[in-house]
Amino acid sequence: MLSLFCNVLRTGAQKNGAAVVVSARTYADFTTQATFEIKKCDLHKLDVGPATEVVMTRDEGLQYYRTLQTIRRMELKADQLYKQKIIRGFCHLYDGQEACAVGIEAAINLSDHLITAYRAHGYTLTRGGTVKEIMAELTGRRGGIAKGKGGSMHMYCKHFYGGNGIVGAQVPLGAGVALACNYLGNKQLCVCLYGDGAANQGQIFETYNMAALWKLPVIFICENNRYGMGTSVERAAASTDYYKRGDYIPGLRVDGMDVLCVREATRFAADMCRAGKGPVLMELQTYRYHGHSMSDPGVSYRTREEIQEVRSKSDPISLLKDRMLSNNMASVEELKEIDVEVRKEIEDAAQFATTDPEPPLEELCNHIFHNDPPLEVRGTNPWTKLKSIS
Amino acid sequence: MALSVKSVLSSGRNAVLVLRRRAFHRSAPAAVQVTVRDALNQALDEELERDERVFLLGEEVAQYDGAYKVSRGLWKKYGDKRVIDTPISEMGFTGIAVGAAMAGLRPICEFMTFNFSMQAIDQVINSAAKTYYMSGGLQAVPIVFRGPNGASAGVAAQHSQCFAAWYAHCPGLKVVSPWNSEDAKGLLKSAIRDDNPVVFLENELMYGVPFEMSDEAQSKDFTVPIGKAKVERQGSHVTLVSHSRYVGHCLDAAAVLAKEGIECEVINLRTIRPMDVESIEASVMKTNHLVTVEGGWPQFGVGAEICARIMEGPAFNYLDAPATRVTGVDIPMPYAKILEDNSVPQIKDIIFSIKKTLNV
Repeated sequence: MLSLFCNVLRTGAQKNGAAVVVSARTYADFTTQATFEIKKCDLHKLDVGPATEVVMTRDEGLQYYRTLQTIRRMELKADQLYKQKIIRGFCHLYDGQEACAVGIEAAINLSDHLITAYRAHGYTLTRGGTVKEIMAELTGRRGGIAKGKGGSMHMYCKHFYGGNGIVGAQVPLGAGVALACNYLGNKQLCVCLYGDGAANQGQIFETYNMAALWKLPVIFICENNRYGMGTSVERAAASTDYYKRGDYIPGLRVDGMDVLCVREATRFAADMCRAGKGPVLMELQTYRYHGHSMSDPGVSYRTREEIQEVRSKSDPISLLKDRMLSNNMASVEELKEIDVEVRKEIEDAAQFATTDPEPPLEELCNHIFHNDPPLEVRGTNPWTKLKSIS
Repeated sequence: MALSVKSVLSSGRNAVLVLRRRAFHRSAPAAVQVTVRDALNQALDEELERDERVFLLGEEVAQYDGAYKVSRGLWKKYGDKRVIDTPISEMGFTGIAVGAAMAGLRPICEFMTFNFSMQAIDQVINSAAKTYYMSGGLQAVPIVFRGPNGASAGVAAQHSQCFAAWYAHCPGLKVVSPWNSEDAKGLLKSAIRDDNPVVFLENELMYGVPFEMSDEAQSKDFTVPIGKAKVERQGSHVTLVSHSRYVGHCLDAAAVLAKEGIECEVINLRTIRPMDVESIEASVMKTNHLVTVEGGWPQFGVGAEICARIMEGPAFNYLDAPATRVTGVDIPMPYAKILEDNSVPQIKDIIFSIKKTLNV
């Protein structure tokens, strides 16, 4: 009887959000929330940092677990599709770094803003994109989140500004979004991400200066995965203390493999921003399992042992799973069920992404201008005149 | 390979096509198949060896062997001093390269793609291109900026732009755009030996394409002069002018049209600036018809410049029809394959344009 009841509830579970999964054990069996000790952050120009004792509820845990797993499986599926040549061009995968995206989103609202570089599939999801439209964008189909016109590096949704291909260029953009937030007085903030490689871009320092000068509500986040393409941080940066590189901007160095650390630090930074104190810089120490992109095997500049060590000791999904199981917040079966559901979601999305038709040729020239009358566009020769609608 | 066979035969050279064998060689080794990537690698290797002042810098050029493997083996051979991995700081390292050139070195500054050169374009134009003029001839800037340019496959809008027109617009710069392996090697060597700033536009899709390299082209002293176009195929009915990858497309179109009795003369520009207008004029005065073919956008592009120059010179009176430009579609590059394929000139577009120009 109880299992029938469970089945009904299970099929009613939502896709992305805080799904209430009821297993064969009743609620009373699980801890509804627990307190966890997390790593202390290194601080720069700050006297106090984020809390080191944090509370996570069962619901939060299950939600984080589901999202982490969704990103993981989505990226692995993208790997597969790329090898089958169904995805082409650039494909920069995020597996290993999931705790960053999930932790950050857990600390902000969808009404806040976020911008990142090209390793963006995870963020597209946490910001509100669906797996289906992300995968269909990767395969270049009309159901893609950018109608097939952007591809892996150019996915956008509400209050998510991509997905940017030019290293470092997204940082001034993020500060600009924050300027708009101040200007409009909407108490929103912008999370602005870049990598350890991008940290050496001049425009980032120009942005630090203006953000601090004008007290922009921006959280600069450096996702330090130790390698900028094939170049390790030691070979690229005179100072690898990325959280200090903002100089006059207060900084935090955070364990990016722990979703709770990321969440806590982001909350701390968000509070500062919303209080009008100006920008904060966070360095998330994280790791990518894949190479820089699908055309980089990822083993010419680092050892397989290193990758394996991170996987076995610091995997974000394992960390969360262990925490939940050892604190009796969920059962093994329950988590396995989530895995099954996630796998199914990914499979369905991949199915859609491979069968949805490509964009129609009539769309080729659309979206050049916004709110403009239809325009004639020159084709490859003077006799081919194409139409562009806003 | 068939393409290069055609180009060799139709250019009328008597090259004996003998693929290198491992067994006994009795006769002297003849033409050898070399990819554009390897030709560039050879040029870099030979010039690094020849002149101590030459060095290469850029992202991933050293320990990674080059993002596209063009500099494979060079760091191992020449070390940290001659092959330098830079951080991702284009404006910074380009400025550093230009400064080094001003102080007497001969840097080769690689942009992972020319799209990223936009980050550094001030240093290329204001610090490199204009300096010899501004200094009244006192300060030369012997530097080469090289990297892949133009569309690739599925890399979308921010990674597919052609910069030929942008750079060729500026006095003080030389702009070179090789097509095949011989072009790549010979022009890169010339660029490195040139005492002026040279923008060297490679093409990612051409890196893996093999071409015959003659005996002569394999020698360490082989250079191709900057500023001189090459007639890849003789013809009498229409002049096709192109650069980089589209030279191959033109030759393919010419092969198809030859079967219909239309003989196309195909000119490989090799250099965009200074442009060899004389070669184009001589050809147009023979064929009376002109079609330009490029991957870049139409407005203010290479084809537009060619048309203007023809109008300003003696060849105008020989035209039996207005010149035609075949170009990329005037849109940012889309990602989806069907859209991308229809955003750049295809062989059928070239054939269509030729026939319209000839009114057949």
